[in-house]
Amino acid sequence: MTKHHLHNLRQASRLRRLRAALLGSGLALLASGCAATASTTAPHANATAPSPVPTATPAAIAFPSTYRPKAAADTAIVGASILTGTGARIDNGTVLMAAGKIVSVGTDVAVPAGARIIDGSGKWVTPGIIDSHSHLGVFAAPGVEGHADGNENIDPYTAHVWAEHSLWPQDPVFTKARAGGVTSLLILPGSANLFGGRGVSVKNVPAVTVQQMKFPDAPYTLKMACGENPKGRYGSRGRAPATRMGEVAGFRRAWIDAAEYGRKVDAYEKKRARGEGGEAPKRDLGLETLAGVLKGDILVQNHCYRADEMAVMLDVGHEFGYKTRAFHHAVEAYKIADLLVADDVCVATWATRWGFKMEAYDAIEENAAILSKAGVCVAIHSDEQRLIQRLNVESAVAIAAGRRAGIDIPQEEAIKWITLNPAKIMGIADKTGSLEPGKMADVVLWSKNPFSVYAIAEKVFIDGALVLDTSDPATRYRSDFEIGQPVGEE
Amino acid sequence: MQRRLPVFAALALALAAVAPTAAAQTFAITNAHLVTAGPVGEVENGTVIVRDGRIAAAGSVIAVPAGMRTIDARGATVTPGLIAVNTALGLIEVSSVSGSADNRTHNTGISASFDVQYGLNPASTLIPIARLGGVTHAVVMPDYDDSDQERELPFAGKAALISLGEDANILHRPGVGMMLELGEDGAARIGGSRAAEFVQLRQIFDLARQPVRDEYPFELSQADVAALRPVLAGTMPLIVVVHRAADIRQVLKLARDYKLKIILSGAEEAWRVAGEIAAAKVPVLINPTSNIPSNFDMLGASLQNASILKAAGVEIAIGGNDAGHRVREMRYNAGLAVSRGLPYAAGIEALTLAPARIFGVADQMGSIAPGKAADIVIWDGDPLEPLTQPTAIFIAGKEQPLTSRATELGKRYTR
Repeated sequence: MTKHHLHNLRQASRLRRLRAALLGSGLALLASGCAATASTTAPHANATAPSPVPTATPAAIAFPSTYRPKAAADTAIVGASILTGTGARIDNGTVLMAAGKIVSVGTDVAVPAGARIIDGSGKWVTPGIIDSHSHLGVFAAPGVEGHADGNENIDPYTAHVWAEHSLWPQDPVFTKARAGGVTSLLILPGSANLFGGRGVSVKNVPAVTVQQMKFPDAPYTLKMACGENPKGRYGSRGRAPATRMGEVAGFRRAWIDAAEYGRKVDAYEKKRARGEGGEAPKRDLGLETLAGVLKGDILVQNHCYRADEMAVMLDVGHEFGYKTRAFHHAVEAYKIADLLVADDVCVATWATRWGFKMEAYDAIEENAAILSKAGVCVAIHSDEQRLIQRLNVESAVAIAAGRRAGIDIPQEEAIKWITLNPAKIMGIADKTGSLEPGKMADVVLWSKNPFSVYAIAEKVFIDGALVLDTSDPATRYRSDFEIGQPVGEE
Repeated sequence: MQRRLPVFAALALALAAVAPTAAAQTFAITNAHLVTAGPVGEVENGTVIVRDGRIAAAGSVIAVPAGMRTIDARGATVTPGLIAVNTALGLIEVSSVSGSADNRTHNTGISASFDVQYGLNPASTLIPIARLGGVTHAVVMPDYDDSDQERELPFAGKAALISLGEDANILHRPGVGMMLELGEDGAARIGGSRAAEFVQLRQIFDLARQPVRDEYPFELSQADVAALRPVLAGTMPLIVVVHRAADIRQVLKLARDYKLKIILSGAEEAWRVAGEIAAAKVPVLINPTSNIPSNFDMLGASLQNASILKAAGVEIAIGGNDAGHRVREMRYNAGLAVSRGLPYAAGIEALTLAPARIFGVADQMGSIAPGKAADIVIWDGDPLEPLTQPTAIFIAGKEQPLTSRATELGKRYTR
């Protein structure tokens, strides 16, 4: 074969592939064209239906939770070592759960007659593990294009989208996370946009609809992102933001709009309260979310890696009067522990991940320990499908790194990284995250000390119901996706 | 690349200036809980004698020669240095910075002939960070550059074995394997179907057995074809990244037909064909935590993979959680496999002797045994536990610093 001939062959094959690619995109265009047609006909179809009054104050909560705890027997785990999540460790203790709540925790707990008793001797009990940064269901497995629902990445300002409208409850990884003791998660949109949209807190229970998982009465959260992701996404497409300064300008402009929107809505509400008429301002879903942040109803979850950027974002908050609930990833938070303490901002981070981009180059395993010692509320989060199954092991790495640096964070304190502190980040610490009377009975019984790599979550309780028991195959749930597939154990 | 050269040169000089003499590499470790992965197995109260960087003796009743420098391990666990597989150590720095990555090429004349040995950077900050996880050697493997989707690219190139010791020359042995990715991603590079992929591979192997030609199809250069000859001669293993059980069966058949020496990598569904893999005496490089049905190649991915494979008699090596920055997590991955039924000794072996055997260097490393290089780690507990840290690391008898860029940063902000 001559070089020329080869070249021609290659050209021909490229043309063939190009044609195939064009055909593919043509089909895609056609498909989206159909969708466009359908949506333009929608208003017509709705014309006869009663048109909802466009009001800036939604009358009822949209998409209400329909989560109902499973029926649960009153249960006592006795004789275990307990890390309560409040900073205490109780040896040879008892956890008593009744009617889905924690009733009492201690060494001197009377177990009522008729309660199911679980022998916890040699084992460990912790609150249910909580992941304050997950994309399960919105970037579901298998990770095919059809499942990429976490980033509305066609515009950097998408405060109007809600992760719960993407969440696929059949993501098989929810089950795997449950096997790692995870009982609650915050599912966030991705980080391509400055405002990625609203997150949703869920209970990690098998469900068919997102409403059946939705954590009752959890506050809404807003995902924001600084740094490389938004500027990389949009700068490369010739639009703002292309730089970090462009990102901050974008945030500020949006908060100016949000403040104005909030003023309009407030003015209307005052008029209405006085019995005066007037037309309600038309609802704007994005500004409604941002205005909710300014009012303090919606919690800001800000993806931000570098110390200098976090410091700038704190000042953006000061300028517009909003509070950041947590910086996520925040791998350089150890450089500004004092600023985070002063503003009472939490940090959700990893121990092991680093170096995957420039803004992660200074990530160190000691981050959580340094912050904890300084008094920052720290959570160890996953942001990924494998790590969510072993947040306890990731925390052990962070404990060990602290010790190596001369910072000894006791285990009873470190357990908060994956229980009470993520609950605080999600605004649900009054309901779960620690073993305290009256809280939801979200509990894990571990085969060993939970900071051991060998520890297995043998029994997982959500609202007192035993949702996973390694000794009972009947509790081994398979999502619909896995039914009839050649799946393996765990 | 060129701008960095002076930095390399300066570092190399600095390292040469502080290189200790061979005398420093003669010492004894006493009172050790030895987990040797070698013939003496696990020994309480053991002793290791190191002479000129090599292990002279290891076991329970060994006398320390008078005057020999002695390290009292005080009962601490002592293991061989860990050998990482599936890494890009020395080839990458920041994943998203393409200029810092030398583990792949878009040069259409270089595929099988791509050779990682020429891209190694001993000054990479990833090396001390991996070393702090007890890793003393690593198999460095090429990856694919998929930026040109028109490119036909079955082979990624040649892997090498490197030392993670402080040294200007980290290359231990080049050409320890040829990389080939199959499955969904591999098929995408040869026409989008497995059914095409295996046909083309067979054509390429047939061509490589024939006399040299001026031109080759499939975007192969003469250098690429030459690089495949040791694979066909059975002297260089073909490292096959593959996931689905059915694909593994096809690979085993391909290996039989062409008498190839193969190593499976990834192999999430290997547990489903464990008996066949064992019968073919094919070793497997795995990450036991890879249990996500990430695509239709690995719906059967399971935490039980390691223990099932081992029970069937398959040789396994356990790797870390990525190719570079998270290599140090390989020991936790072995621990997780142990928590799912892998015998403890097999977990240690999967980090040490097994990778040494798989890559043909078990005569030099992988266990604490006489004649081998003194690649030794002293730990403050069970090395598979994340709460455990190394307290001393020796590579060829040379004590390594317990610092990295990350620990230096930590120190700066904890003062």
